[in-house]
Amino acid sequence: MQLAHYLGLLHRSQETLGQAFREVGEAHRDEHDVFHQCRRLARQCDRHAESLAPFAEHYGEDAPAEPDRLHATLFEGTREGPLGLLRDLHDLYLMASECDMAWTLVGQAAQGARDTDLLEVVQACEGETATQLKWLKSRLMEAAPQALVVAE
Amino acid sequence: MRADMHLAEGVDEADVERWVQSASTLHSNGDGFDLAVKDGRLVGVRGRVVDRVNRGRLDPKDVYGWEGLASPDRLTRPLVRRGGELVETDWDTAMGLIVDRSKELLQGPGGWGRFGFYTTGQLFLEEYYTLAVIGKAGIGTPHMDGNTRLCTATAGAALKQSFGTDGQPGSYADVDHCDTIALWGHNVAETQTVLWMRMLDRLAGPDRPRLVVADPRLTPVAREADVHLPVRPGTNLALMNGVLRELIANGWVDEDYVGEHTLGFDELRSTVEAYTPERVEEICGVDAGAVREAARILGTAERLLSTVLQGFYQSNQATAAACQVNNLHLLRGMIGRPGAGLYQMNGQPSAQNTRETGADGDLPGFRNWDNQEHIRQLAELWKVDPMTIPHWAPPSHAMQVFRQAELGSIKLLWISATNPAVSLPELARVRSILESEELLVVVQDLFLTETAMLADVVLACASSAEKTGTLTNADRTVHLCERAVDPPGEARADLDIFLDYARRMDFRDRDGEPLIEWHDPESTFEAWKECSRGRPCDYTHITYDLLRDSPGIQWGGERLYTDGRFNTNPDYAETFGQDLGTGATNTEVEYRAKQPNGRAFLWTTEYEPSPEVPDDERPLLLTTGRTVYHFHTRTRTGRTPELVAAAPDVWVEVNAEDANRLGVGEGDVLRLESARGAVEAPVRVTGVRAGTVFVPFHYGYWDRDAAGPDGAPPRAANELTITAWDPVSKQPLFKVAAVRATAKGEG
Repeated sequence: MQLAHYLGLLHRSQETLGQAFREVGEAHRDEHDVFHQCRRLARQCDRHAESLAPFAEHYGEDAPAEPDRLHATLFEGTREGPLGLLRDLHDLYLMASECDMAWTLVGQAAQGARDTDLLEVVQACEGETATQLKWLKSRLMEAAPQALVVAE
Repeated sequence: MRADMHLAEGVDEADVERWVQSASTLHSNGDGFDLAVKDGRLVGVRGRVVDRVNRGRLDPKDVYGWEGLASPDRLTRPLVRRGGELVETDWDTAMGLIVDRSKELLQGPGGWGRFGFYTTGQLFLEEYYTLAVIGKAGIGTPHMDGNTRLCTATAGAALKQSFGTDGQPGSYADVDHCDTIALWGHNVAETQTVLWMRMLDRLAGPDRPRLVVADPRLTPVAREADVHLPVRPGTNLALMNGVLRELIANGWVDEDYVGEHTLGFDELRSTVEAYTPERVEEICGVDAGAVREAARILGTAERLLSTVLQGFYQSNQATAAACQVNNLHLLRGMIGRPGAGLYQMNGQPSAQNTRETGADGDLPGFRNWDNQEHIRQLAELWKVDPMTIPHWAPPSHAMQVFRQAELGSIKLLWISATNPAVSLPELARVRSILESEELLVVVQDLFLTETAMLADVVLACASSAEKTGTLTNADRTVHLCERAVDPPGEARADLDIFLDYARRMDFRDRDGEPLIEWHDPESTFEAWKECSRGRPCDYTHITYDLLRDSPGIQWGGERLYTDGRFNTNPDYAETFGQDLGTGATNTEVEYRAKQPNGRAFLWTTEYEPSPEVPDDERPLLLTTGRTVYHFHTRTRTGRTPELVAAAPDVWVEVNAEDANRLGVGEGDVLRLESARGAVEAPVRVTGVRAGTVFVPFHYGYWDRDAAGPDGAPPRAANELTITAWDPVSKQPLFKVAAVRATAKGEG
């Protein structure tokens, strides 16, 4: 089944997102709420990736060859200052959106494959990913006016 | 009836010329008292027997605190920094400096973003409302908050999350009618002594109520408890999840009430399911049997009263834990009838008013920043363009304001009646921000505090005995304070300072008329009443005349939600709700989809450890707090001889086991170090839980004529604390930091 590849994509996206949360939190550690929340959400991403592992293994056994351009690179490192914070959080938002849609599609496949265990994992993780998106959006909206209109 | 009274030496009751009605500004209980005046000076104080809050009793801080106001180092003229020194000047010069810089900053787009206002919980309602209008309609800035962020933001946040708007449901009269009292992180014996007296009267009388106390320390309150839960700092939510699990498992739930008046029971039940008493014991360090017993007492109470304060508010997962107390009362149907009460307490005398008037990070009248109709109401009232009133996000919270100042984005920071150089976390960072060349720091206060020492402009203001205004406590009782004596020298009432600023700035409404047309306390109060009309904190039934010689007047009636209908309807609510783990705000669409229909929300979430926990390098948990003899950073109480004598200097409380291990005894000096700073203090061996040390946060450096340690042994608790805050309430974490301790030799 091609599902294996989407599981692979999702797994890698979650790992990349977790890593990105850590990097952004570290780069903006003087935004103390961003620092703490990014660390927390990175751990959440780690758990999401872990919970996928058994399914990736199971479906990977009979998978065809990986297609070209399966993965996209959405994050190329952190930036500085108030505008840099907006850009970095915005990148995290795109990466979390990638995971969000991947979860949805994997959930669709789980239904197609009648895999209730996978569906349960999808439902739990999708909810947390949705909250990650919500936090990023709230935080971006708070920061934008000062960063874009006021800051030098 | 007993009326506590204290007069100056040599003064008898017969010598007093006038007794002037007032109320306490040295704690948050809302005690009414009369000030004794003779020859134009304060000569004493006497509790008001008619007052519904204190019935003539006084807190020790009020018995003596008025003496501190006559301290010879009162600020009597404004000061400005010239050549690195603060020198006296006249009001025109001082105000001119602030106004010139303000007008300069307002040129060009985004000028609003260059201002920060950081106020307090100790001024009057009229002063807050004026400041709120200056900020939100005059300058149009979201950067307005107060030190109430540090003490009661979580109370407001939890009330909004659960019930739709702010407003404590209970009445102090519930102490008289309850059969069970639960205190959640609330050392009421040291923070609201008169409320404790009321509880003690019940505990000593017939029908003694059962008492459950959650506190890491063996406080006077804990000593009276039927069950004391010495919870490990930072784990309150796990404890509450466990308590609620027991309630549900044992069927101690008012199912009809829950079904009719709440939303979210199934999710709550499934979240708390795993928090067995054994698991709670593991996480919180509280005996599983004690958890069961506490739950049994709470679960079988017929009239349950809970109070919550800093042990929950200043700790890890503050809003979630405070919401669980709301949930406890919702599950048991214990809201809105005599004895069935809930106080999400306030930490300062008029903290309530900052939340009502929008001088903190709220909108006036408990309005919702995300509700276009609420913004339109304010715009109509003030006759300004709705776009002027910032409503693109919640107003900036205090730590965000200081961050913007740190970044150099905010260039004018106006601090009124508070002392962030001692009360914010991580003081080394705070001092560095205040010392920034780019930042114009204006400080308005009674004395030269540590913060004022670092200011560019210092404005001399009047105390609550020297001006007129109103203030409101946690059970929604409004008091009037009348000016008893003149302020010293050229010191001015804070209201007059704010009105003067508004006049000089020439703030106008859309018709070209002055934005602010009120001119004195009573006319300001009347203007505020209009703002409050139709909102939960509706003041339209209150006038100065009615407040005079009154027992205090509540808004909202004696209790709120007496019919189980809450303020959650989308058109009326103060918030569309936030995620407990991240603080992410719900959209209006998401909120409307929940269809609250006047029901309360049973929000809860999983326990997570504090952002900073002890490790091998720093194996002890630091918690900070208060003593009954001092208020905040001792600006007034530290100048009152009796209070100074009772608590002259800092100390660190250590458990006997830990003291032994560290090789220290009573009085020996211990050096505490966190990742941010250090404190040195003499040891007191007490019943604080093992692994935890306690330091009171009152002791700064003004009495060493310094703004910081400056090479001498540091003693301000906040040298150690962490710059982190609750995701929902944005209240900083003062109750959890990791420290190491080393003996410094004999004290």
